[in-house]
Amino acid sequence: MSANISKATKKPAKSGRTLALLAVVIIAFGAVAIFQGDTKLKLGLDLRGGTSVTLAPKVPAGGKLDKAAVDQAVAIIRQRVNSLGVAESEVSSQSNGDIIVSVPGNSSSRVVDLVGATAQLRFRQVLAVGSGNATSSSTSSATTTTTKGGKKVTSAPAASYPAGVNAALDTAFKNLDCTIAANRQGGAIDDPAAPLVSCSRNGSSKYILAPAEVEGNQVSKASAVLDNTNGNGWMVLLSFNGAGTSAFGKMTTRVTSLPSPQNQAAIVLDGLVVSAPRINEAINSGSAQITGNFTQTDATDLSNKLKYGALPLALTVQEINQVSPTLGSDQLHAGLLAGLIGLILVVLYSLLYYRGLGLVSVGSLVVAGTITYLSFLLLGKWIGFTLTLAGIAGAIVSIGITADSFIVYFERLRDEVREGRSLRTAVETGWQRAKRTILVADFVSLIAAALLYFFAVGGVRGFAFTLGLTTFVDLIVVFFFTKPFVTILSRVAFYAHGSSWSGLSAKSLGVVTVDGKDAL
Amino acid sequence: MALSGIGGRLYRGETSINFIAQKRRWFAFSGLLIIISAIALGTQGLKLGIEFKGGSVITVQAPTVNIADGSAALKSAGITSEAIIQKIGSNKLRLQTTDLPQSTISAARAALATTFKVDSANIDIQTVGPSWGKEITHKAIYGLIGFLLVVMLYLAMAFEPKMALSAIIAVIHDVFITVGIYALVGFEVTPATVIGFLTILGYSLYDTVVVFDKVRENTKGITSTAKQTYSEASNLALNQTLVRSFNTSLIALLPVASILFVGAGLLGAGTLKDLSLALFIGLATGTYSSIFVATPLLATLREREPAMKALAKRVAVRGGAVESSIDKNTAGVVTSTHSKESHERGPRNQPKRKPRRR
Repeated sequence: MSANISKATKKPAKSGRTLALLAVVIIAFGAVAIFQGDTKLKLGLDLRGGTSVTLAPKVPAGGKLDKAAVDQAVAIIRQRVNSLGVAESEVSSQSNGDIIVSVPGNSSSRVVDLVGATAQLRFRQVLAVGSGNATSSSTSSATTTTTKGGKKVTSAPAASYPAGVNAALDTAFKNLDCTIAANRQGGAIDDPAAPLVSCSRNGSSKYILAPAEVEGNQVSKASAVLDNTNGNGWMVLLSFNGAGTSAFGKMTTRVTSLPSPQNQAAIVLDGLVVSAPRINEAINSGSAQITGNFTQTDATDLSNKLKYGALPLALTVQEINQVSPTLGSDQLHAGLLAGLIGLILVVLYSLLYYRGLGLVSVGSLVVAGTITYLSFLLLGKWIGFTLTLAGIAGAIVSIGITADSFIVYFERLRDEVREGRSLRTAVETGWQRAKRTILVADFVSLIAAALLYFFAVGGVRGFAFTLGLTTFVDLIVVFFFTKPFVTILSRVAFYAHGSSWSGLSAKSLGVVTVDGKDAL
Repeated sequence: MALSGIGGRLYRGETSINFIAQKRRWFAFSGLLIIISAIALGTQGLKLGIEFKGGSVITVQAPTVNIADGSAALKSAGITSEAIIQKIGSNKLRLQTTDLPQSTISAARAALATTFKVDSANIDIQTVGPSWGKEITHKAIYGLIGFLLVVMLYLAMAFEPKMALSAIIAVIHDVFITVGIYALVGFEVTPATVIGFLTILGYSLYDTVVVFDKVRENTKGITSTAKQTYSEASNLALNQTLVRSFNTSLIALLPVASILFVGAGLLGAGTLKDLSLALFIGLATGTYSSIFVATPLLATLREREPAMKALAKRVAVRGGAVESSIDKNTAGVVTSTHSKESHERGPRNQPKRKPRRR
């Protein structure tokens, strides 16, 4: 008895401190969110409209996924998507090599065409070349010497425009500044039948190029080899198919006798010049070699580009989702409405059944909701978490899980009271028992959420994530809000005296006293 | 307050529903459900969504839509293969095609935009490649196996190996019956449904964990006494947690139901509906199994142990009347008249104290 009293006098102060601490932490996180300026949730494409495309790399049977190639593909696709100029477009790769492209707002089929296209590789004759900055012109003095991939390229003195170049092209050429990254984005605007003014990929030189003569899909084979016999170092061997052989033969025959730089053939990838080797001889055999002080990586990269067109590996479209902004907002509203109805139903039931204690669960749900919302905000900033429809569903489902923990505790508490313990004691002993059940049950939920997250595909991942997150929030709320709150309430006469609306009245619990009379 | 009052009576064992003694009946019922599920799966199979077969779903929202015009628009775009066209509400048309090249889908989009006089950017399209489904299926199966193993290990450590086994069997039972219902009714299975199925695993276990926790408490050191058999102790635990199970299940079901009705009512087919339907069905079977399958199964397994057999004998010798009365209690709710036995079976047999001490 005396032990109980001394314990009891300590508890409320401690509980009060716990509650205050929780409040401070919540306010601190809220302040961080406001300070960072992200008070709006990041919504997924299914809630605000947009296009998402999932691409999977084709791995040859028995082969291994080439991580570097995937990263390269992501970089190339990102370039293409950025050329659309839509803010917040994202291109990312998953652990299994899948590439996910999401473009918000824009639900036109252009995104799909752009991303799906794999062969944007073309061979064009070089008409003029200059250093990458804005001032150099195709007619400028002859001193321009670029060293591209180790090949000496010296532009011939020319008083007038070179063949195939007109004033408009020259102006465009003059104005092009390849030192600006935006001009090296490349993109899909590459009409094979028209001349092209473009930068090299690294921005060191710019080119005027003739219409395309050989297409990337006419390359049948390309490989990087180390030439030991002739001492050329690393080089790229390539073979053309039938049509490619004759087209490449015609091109090389024509340009090989021309002065530099017109005797160069530019390999153009997504509108950017990858390499512009000089053609030393007419090549009619259908196989060619590109040499020039390559490192092994250079040679492999170039051969990959020649082989796969724009992308370093073959990709198949797995899933395309185009959601109009109208449907997006419909889904958002439906999700919020479902959440609201669910919450109201749960609150009504717990008030009806647990009466006074129901207020505790309402309070706990409010705290849980606040923490969850703040987590969404902060995680959106920190790890790029976006709320999807599936995520909303996960959050709604978790209302049930959160409320379940209170029920486990309340029922335990009531059991202890039924056994004849005082409310003050019951709050503690009931908690000791309920705590373990809640921990085990929540831990099982967490395992489930973690596994769902790792094995879920695409959009439904959001469900697993929010389910896990809210289970975790549930643990925080039960330990740091519900329990201390109940401890404090047990001091309040309304609860401690078992008032008939408190949810702890002897009558509603069916407490039977020895003499059969009501205890209070 | 009848409902709350019943909680107290169940707790003290005055009102007792004998779940364990009738286990054969529940096992037979579950067996029947499993057989029906197996037959439905074998004969009808699951109706798989486009995510598993590859194909496109085009959704048009326009003031007036009708199936005939939609079908004509698809034909004009050169889609001759079979397409499933559904009208959702009064202003939405859902057209589902087989796996077609992207250019054909774009043509269909343009044709539909013209037919229904809407901006083509307002037509929603979901296209799935044929290999997508294989990956989803593989991942779901790995997820299922991984989950069962991890949880079984965890429960075996947190509780007892036999509890883990019973819980897992109950979970498999739930998933199998839920899948069976899908096959029987012909609900469409999408990746969201699969995620729903997998979530049921966690939910079903939650209920079971709550009951098993009480069973463990009631049976702690049970062999050193001769008051009740393992079955009786676990049946008391079931009754004591009955109100809790009912409340947790109902409260879990309420939000799921609201997603289901809002999702199906406002949006028609989609993530929300698929997810919540699977959860709804799964939750219902999960609640059933934690009471009628998991605990009776656990009791059956434990009663086979020599120590428990010996205990049952001792209990029979000491209070034969108790055991025989339980065996005869075949039907429904039995309310005893606060007899000596119920006192004895009550929790911790403490003298009743005044609930509150000043």
